[in-house]
Amino acid sequence: MSDVKKFMYLNRRAPYGTIYAWESLEVVLIGAAFDQEVSLMFIDDGVYQLVKGSDTSESDMKNFTPTYRTLGDYGVRHMYVDKESLEARGLTTDDLIEVEWEDWETEESVDNIVEAVDAGQIAELLAESDVVFSF
Amino acid sequence: MADLYTVNKSPFEKNSLADAIKFSTDGAAILLIEDGVYGATKGTAVESLVTGASGKKFYALKADVKARGIAEDRLIDGVELVDYAGFVDLVEATDKVQAWL
Repeated sequence: MSDVKKFMYLNRRAPYGTIYAWESLEVVLIGAAFDQEVSLMFIDDGVYQLVKGSDTSESDMKNFTPTYRTLGDYGVRHMYVDKESLEARGLTTDDLIEVEWEDWETEESVDNIVEAVDAGQIAELLAESDVVFSF
Repeated sequence: MADLYTVNKSPFEKNSLADAIKFSTDGAAILLIEDGVYGATKGTAVESLVTGASGKKFYALKADVKARGIAEDRLIDGVELVDYAGFVDLVEATDKVQAWL
């Protein structure tokens, strides 16, 4: 019997304007240390968290986009993005950062774990998760 | 000059931008700051809020636009980028400032 649970972090807020995105990222990094199966979901304004090209030099805030790029190294296996939310915001996956994943034991690797999914897939992914954390 | 209105919420999450436009007089200056800057981007489901508004002048705060990875060519035509000094100039040039939160 395995103690590994499927953790899903559901992100629906834009970065920077509120603390939600940053808090979510902190909890993801903590959770990842416990060898659980961790996935992230980005819906609504949450998709803005993955937009590349962030430059916070003039706004006195920490640019945390680089942290998302390291999530693969922390064992995050999937980062799902809602297609409809992207379309409503005039965005495509080309506007988003890419996140690499590699299993250092098996040397299995994936170039980019960021994946656009539709509403039906999202419903199933949420349903099959053991725990869903909302931000 | 008329009044300056600031909007700091995403137009996808709250109707602050819609209200700022709806309840302001002709000649109003509407400055998008923080998550409000998403309202200034092209090709979204809500861009008609800004493109369809007549008699208002729209501004977006540069530092917040840059922090969110929005390239200047993604801004709706006619939206003017201002820096913090430009924000102060707008405050000075208008009769008063009202925030739509």
